[in-house]
Amino acid sequence: MYEPKMELTPEQLAILQGKEGKTKAKMMECLVRYGDVFGAKRLAPLTYKTGHLVTSFGISMLTTIYPLMDELIEAGLKAEGGFTADPRPMEFENCSANPLEKLVFKKIIYGRQQEYEGMLKKVGLKSDDSFTCTCYLPEVGNAPKKGDVISWAESSAVVYANSVLGAKCNRNSGVLELFGTILGYAPEFGFLTEEGRKADYKVIVKGDHLPEAQILGSAIGMKVMEKVPYIVGLDKFLKPLPDEDTVAYLKDMGAASASNGAVGLYHVDGITPEAKEQGEKLLKDDAKEYIVDEAEIERVYKSYPIMWKKKEKAPQRAFIGCPHLTYKQLVDWTNKFEAGLKETGRKKLTCYTVLTAAPAVVKKFKTTPDYARLMATGAHLASICPLMYADNPLCGAKRLITNSNKLRTYTFAKYAKDEELLNILVGKEGK
Amino acid sequence: MKEFHGRVIAPGYFKGEAAVTHHGFNTLASFQKSALNSRCKKVIVSDQNNPDLFGKNITGKALCLPMTIGSTTGGMIIQTVAARGIAPLAWLFSEPIDPLAASGIILATTWNGVKLVAVDNLGPDFLESVKTGDQVEVKEDGTVIVY
Repeated sequence: MYEPKMELTPEQLAILQGKEGKTKAKMMECLVRYGDVFGAKRLAPLTYKTGHLVTSFGISMLTTIYPLMDELIEAGLKAEGGFTADPRPMEFENCSANPLEKLVFKKIIYGRQQEYEGMLKKVGLKSDDSFTCTCYLPEVGNAPKKGDVISWAESSAVVYANSVLGAKCNRNSGVLELFGTILGYAPEFGFLTEEGRKADYKVIVKGDHLPEAQILGSAIGMKVMEKVPYIVGLDKFLKPLPDEDTVAYLKDMGAASASNGAVGLYHVDGITPEAKEQGEKLLKDDAKEYIVDEAEIERVYKSYPIMWKKKEKAPQRAFIGCPHLTYKQLVDWTNKFEAGLKETGRKKLTCYTVLTAAPAVVKKFKTTPDYARLMATGAHLASICPLMYADNPLCGAKRLITNSNKLRTYTFAKYAKDEELLNILVGKEGK
Repeated sequence: MKEFHGRVIAPGYFKGEAAVTHHGFNTLASFQKSALNSRCKKVIVSDQNNPDLFGKNITGKALCLPMTIGSTTGGMIIQTVAARGIAPLAWLFSEPIDPLAASGIILATTWNGVKLVAVDNLGPDFLESVKTGDQVEVKEDGTVIVY
């Protein structure tokens, strides 16, 4: 048996010793080893038991996940508080694919999707509508309170939960987050400790305009990597939480910082809960400074490589909503598309455009007149993960364009600022 | 020849070629094209944001890195490529290991019984000294020799 370095309770030790079965013992060993690497003193009990899983996709090549899930199911293990999971890979009715692309999706890449969703249900998936990366939005309702200890993965959800909700979660990997959710424990290190939540960097945002959330997040991520930034200068632009524009901004900034770097927690002066309570006392004594002015934002933006083979050609497909859009963002894009098309005299957007949001957000949006207005522009609305769409080599080779820095990072999609993307889609650019 | 000492995360002996990144190693972006393709018999790094390793083969090598970054699928991707026998065989971190890389190495070695060698805390000088293509030797006690 593995000799733990951390102190375990008699119940935890019994699990590790195999008294509750071989599978649970292996899960516990992984969790304890994980904590031991980081000097965790104990396994903290989860105070909010609903998990969030990063692995929502039945991708055929992730060969280790299926026998692992089979083993959990065979052992009768299930997450007590249930869990939500990242978006599904495809919805052909809302994000079209040609017959060959469909074949690759269904038979080759995501050939085990249905089987995998069945496995997820058996170990605790909350519902068929639980597939989104923005599980914390009010429409979805998987939102821990400040101070709650949770066992989540999905970089954008973890950074949001830590920073905006004030929950406590490390940047857990897929699989280990499920082990923690089922066992009901998380190793106490990093963001679960007071010291681990202190800021290593003071990021000073300068300028007369609110920087693009996705570029600011990218700049911060690339600079601080896994460290904790304390960001000053945004509170003059952002309204206090839970303002919907602030929620959307922090969601997008956090996702970019987590994917372009490894940020798992940030504080925004005057806005996020711990920064409001403690202010600059959150800064470590030896915190470094990083100034982000308009020139720095432009430098970072211009550093993104364009991976299209034919760079001068028009985009073939646009994705907006990685991470998934909030309800307010859907309304805002609808208004912007409509106004832009009116200005250019066009009836439809210039290229196939997919907006993505959580199933619950889409359901709510569909009950409003705005849905018909959005559809009239030619846009499509889905709940998929655009990144998984681009995993299909036939789709990924298309000239994709996006305002998501996360999608840019993991695919060959070209990044465009919100306004730039809008101008392309309504046909203003080049007129 | 230069010698470094780090903390042993996964013990073992390795001798072979180094593949070096000075940037955070984005696991999903780097393995995406190979981990998701059953026909791939080697990992050609597909992260366009990593000029040090983009387009290079890292299978069976000693990956020398500061840390891993990016998606929280990172750990299970390391687990999968390791179980498929196409991962780097040694993971040599100049910084303290990050949670995603640690998860991947623990899952691969504990759940799947794959043999990987991992050492962290080798210090910034390590990444200054080692170059892609250098021969490196890793010993059970966390000693790393760059030839």
